[in-house]
Amino acid sequence: MKRREIYAELVRRLKPHLPFLILSVLSALAVVAGQLLAPFFAGKAVDCILGKGAVDWEGLRLHLIAIGVCSALAAVFQWILSLSNNRIAYRVLSSLRKDAFCKLGKLPLKYLDNRPYGDTMSAVVSDAESVSEGLLLGFTQLFTGVLTIAGVLGVMLAIRWEIALAVFFITPVSFLAARFIASRTYKTYRAQTAARADETAFCDEMIANLKVVKAFSREAENEAVFEKKNEALRKASLKAVFFSSTTNPVTRFVNALVYAAVALVGGLLVIRTADMGAAFTVGTLTTFLQYANQYTKPFNEISEVVAEFQNATACAGRIFSLLAQEEEPSDRDAPALPRAKGEVRAEDVAFSYEKDRELIKHFDLDVKPGMRVAIVGPTGCGKTTLIGLLMRFYDVDEGAIFVDGHDIRTVTRASLRENFGMVLQETWLKTATVRENLCLGRPDCTEEEMVEAAKAAKAHAFILRLPKGYDTPLGPDGVLSEGQKQLLCIARVMLCHPPMLILDEATSNLDTRTEKLVQEAFAALMQGRTSFIVAHRLSTVRSADLILVMKSGKIVERGTHEELLRRGGFYRELYFAQFAR
Amino acid sequence: MKHLFSCMKRYRIEAVLSPLFKLLEAGMELLVPLAVAAIVDVGIANADRQFLLHAFLLLVGFGAAGLAFALTAQYFAAKAAVGTGAELRRRLFARLQSFSFAQIDEMGVSTMLTRMTNDVDRVQTGVNMTLRLLLRSPIVVFGATALAFLVDVKAAIVFAALIPVLAAVVFAVMAACIPKYRAVQEKIDGVYLSARENLSGARVIRAFRLEEKEAAAFREKNERLECAQERVGRIAALTGPVTFLLVNLAVIVLIGVGAIRVNIGALEQGEVVALYGYLALILVELVKFANLIVTVSRAVSCMKRIGAVLDMEGERDPAQAEGDVPALSSDEAFAFENVSFTYSEGGMPALTGINFAAKRGETIGILGGTGSGKSTLVRLLPAFYPATEGAVRVGGREVGAYPLRTLRGKIGYVPQKAVLFRGTIAENLRWGDADASDEALLRACEIAQAGDILAAKGGLDALIEQEGRNLSGGQRQRLTIARALVRDPEILILDDAASALDYATDARLRASLRTLGCTVVLVSQRVASVMGADRIVLLDEGRIADMGTHEELMERCKLYREIYDSQTEAVS
Repeated sequence: MKRREIYAELVRRLKPHLPFLILSVLSALAVVAGQLLAPFFAGKAVDCILGKGAVDWEGLRLHLIAIGVCSALAAVFQWILSLSNNRIAYRVLSSLRKDAFCKLGKLPLKYLDNRPYGDTMSAVVSDAESVSEGLLLGFTQLFTGVLTIAGVLGVMLAIRWEIALAVFFITPVSFLAARFIASRTYKTYRAQTAARADETAFCDEMIANLKVVKAFSREAENEAVFEKKNEALRKASLKAVFFSSTTNPVTRFVNALVYAAVALVGGLLVIRTADMGAAFTVGTLTTFLQYANQYTKPFNEISEVVAEFQNATACAGRIFSLLAQEEEPSDRDAPALPRAKGEVRAEDVAFSYEKDRELIKHFDLDVKPGMRVAIVGPTGCGKTTLIGLLMRFYDVDEGAIFVDGHDIRTVTRASLRENFGMVLQETWLKTATVRENLCLGRPDCTEEEMVEAAKAAKAHAFILRLPKGYDTPLGPDGVLSEGQKQLLCIARVMLCHPPMLILDEATSNLDTRTEKLVQEAFAALMQGRTSFIVAHRLSTVRSADLILVMKSGKIVERGTHEELLRRGGFYRELYFAQFAR
Repeated sequence: MKHLFSCMKRYRIEAVLSPLFKLLEAGMELLVPLAVAAIVDVGIANADRQFLLHAFLLLVGFGAAGLAFALTAQYFAAKAAVGTGAELRRRLFARLQSFSFAQIDEMGVSTMLTRMTNDVDRVQTGVNMTLRLLLRSPIVVFGATALAFLVDVKAAIVFAALIPVLAAVVFAVMAACIPKYRAVQEKIDGVYLSARENLSGARVIRAFRLEEKEAAAFREKNERLECAQERVGRIAALTGPVTFLLVNLAVIVLIGVGAIRVNIGALEQGEVVALYGYLALILVELVKFANLIVTVSRAVSCMKRIGAVLDMEGERDPAQAEGDVPALSSDEAFAFENVSFTYSEGGMPALTGINFAAKRGETIGILGGTGSGKSTLVRLLPAFYPATEGAVRVGGREVGAYPLRTLRGKIGYVPQKAVLFRGTIAENLRWGDADASDEALLRACEIAQAGDILAAKGGLDALIEQEGRNLSGGQRQRLTIARALVRDPEILILDDAASALDYATDARLRASLRTLGCTVVLVSQRVASVMGADRIVLLDEGRIADMGTHEELMERCKLYREIYDSQTEAVS
């Protein structure tokens, strides 16, 4: 994404908040004015105190009241400024997060599969955060900073050009120093990032597999390796942290230069103008010294903001390009597929994940209602892809798939998927209670129905043994074994009574006896319903009405178990390899 | 907190020097208003240009000295903070590695990793900022007050009144914000979890048509987070304006009091300017201080989480020293005596009343269904988990009596999940024995039927990616078996470790393991994998259902026959 497009998109997102944006800008003006006027009146007040018995009480009173009013206004507007900035920043942040998340549900799975989860996740959470902090809050800092600098220089110029000139000539020093430090910091930060990535990768690997580490008593060796990486990180961090922390002292030094220059030039002016009737007073000097204190601080902030900008723009780019990704074509106007009888037909289907690497081609299939279809073949032959096409996780590149005579692209995805019950090899459970997980597909089911499904899936017994039975919360790391998770996934589908069933290695984590029991339950459930079974254990597919043997994206053989064995082809080879002693 | 201080110990000199130099720097800054007072009251009053020039040079000198002091202070602060962070990471890593399996299960990998990275980074920043600012700000505030008293006691009372009020404001804001920040952090964690879940479960969510529902749930979470963020932001936003207002009120009072004092001749105009300068200094410092407090309070909550980990006792290890504990019996490889085991308190026992012993050189098959306790049983041998009841013996001695390293050194354990690490094949294999020769590695590969992997990948020095991603499941399993063999174990445990191998390779593997002469424990769901064992232990719901050779079990055990039939009817 181009920088210009990113900013255009940001502006578009800021538009609804225009009233607050205007309020924010006006408040910023008011704050800067108040902050500049308070020292001005303080200077005037000091001028009213000339010496013993020479105090202009009336003038003093007026000026003190002016300070009070200015600072009160500045304070109020500063609060308003913060509030409106907060509001804008958090609303934009929240809308970014929401849009990014909702986008996840609409993106083609092809897109999600091709990216590490971490990347997509950081777009939703941390990138959005960086954008709101870096770009929005940064912008207000930049704005008030520039206003303050301009205001100070302007006021100085208006009152005494000599001093303004002196201050003006010291300014480049500030820039040069900031530049020098920034380039140093950048380099050392890069080194730190690399060292940190190295250490994190190591930790990641070792902590994730801590059990293996302990089984081999590798703790001491690991600590030694860690020590080395940690020391490298420490050294790199020291440099990065130190260089970045030099900004403040250096700015303060430049500030001191400005201050000293103002004191000198101002003092000289007071002496010179004293002979000509006191145009430049001690009070004015006080004001100027106060301004000098306020002058360099914004430079510091601006240089920080600029660095932050780079990162925030990159983050914004990532989010926006995620949001700009092409979604699955809308099916809002499509009719719903009624509850299917279960006739499934594929005509000359072709599909590939990447343009130049064909996976499935010239694929034909005709399944009558109630048929049990098994799909077998070596890893990577396209079995799971085929399932993905049936569920419309992916759309076919060529040809068409029909359910009950409807091209599945002409009906809504939701109604199509509602007709399939699906159990996958990878067991996915929500961070929620067992009950919520079981009722995922049918939140309105009764307790009896749920327990019945759990019993059919042979999950009831172990669920009761969990600390809180059906109300046991399941965490991301969880207490359940893979087999138990799979049983829950199976119960989840059994509860839905779908007209068609897809089992993609659905019982691979179960022992053969439990598997057999579960298969029997499935068989009862599927009586008269179409089902697709993907399996690598061929003993589980023997009773299928039709076995499709796939090899590199094509059906190489089809028939029943007996027919295929008799034919003596690829299936027979696969089958007997399995039972070789 | 005690952990933090003990980690900082090595850097105590830096930790003391840094604030000390900050103090000197603050001192330089505090001198500035005095110099200005002199400019007004001496230089300007006497129209002494020479004096002004000297004062200018003095001010620049103060600035330069301040810079030097500040840089020194920053360096020491960075060194102490970064060093403390590194030490925290080191201790965390060591402590995590000492955790027992039960603790690993309980804590979870992702939590452990955030502690190591995110939390430590926050603490490091907190330490750095504290050393640099937390002390500097009060020093400047109190120093400015003290010097104001030197200038004029009566006028300085304004300062004395101002400071407690400002401190009260800052602390009130802090007290209101900290718990709210924690609430925000928790909500962010929730949002993160939602995102992760929706990515990893994309297929299931779509299959169950839950996209809308998930989005609605997320929207609600997101809104709650937004509200929490705005709420804390509103309070935090008060700090700046309130301090600004208070200090300016003080300016008004100060100039008023100053005017009275000057009028009676107790004070000079320049001194009023100086006092004013001190107030301005205080303002700048307080704003910085308020920002700092947020950073520090976040660091404190991170440190608490780190402390909680460091406070956890690791695995019980009877002898830290590498003591040589001889086995007691030359005949018995291992034994279970009335062993029961429960994973978590109050839960159902995973194993109940296990009794059996294996002789040296025996091959023991352990067969059973999902959740029957097979893996649990073998995990008690290397003392990954301690038995809840009864005794587990290896070599005639209770496992608890061995130093862990000695005990685990006797055992070659091949876990269910075949995990390899980034590095060469040789490096991975040498996990079994760091001193193993190349010949020994090759021999182990030969036995583990992994010779062809070496040939295909380019020998022992071929690179393995993280988690062995460039290998197939079967290849990984064979290499993990080879890794266990490299240590020439007394007991070799294969915990369903050949499940991805085809039957022919599995059979060859079992045949070659027979030639080894060590005690072999084969855990499997497949009868075919264990039927050749000297003895088969059949587990059912955590109890031994029966034990014997394949032929014996076929004859007398109904459950065994059932399992056998479910797996073999296909070929008959």
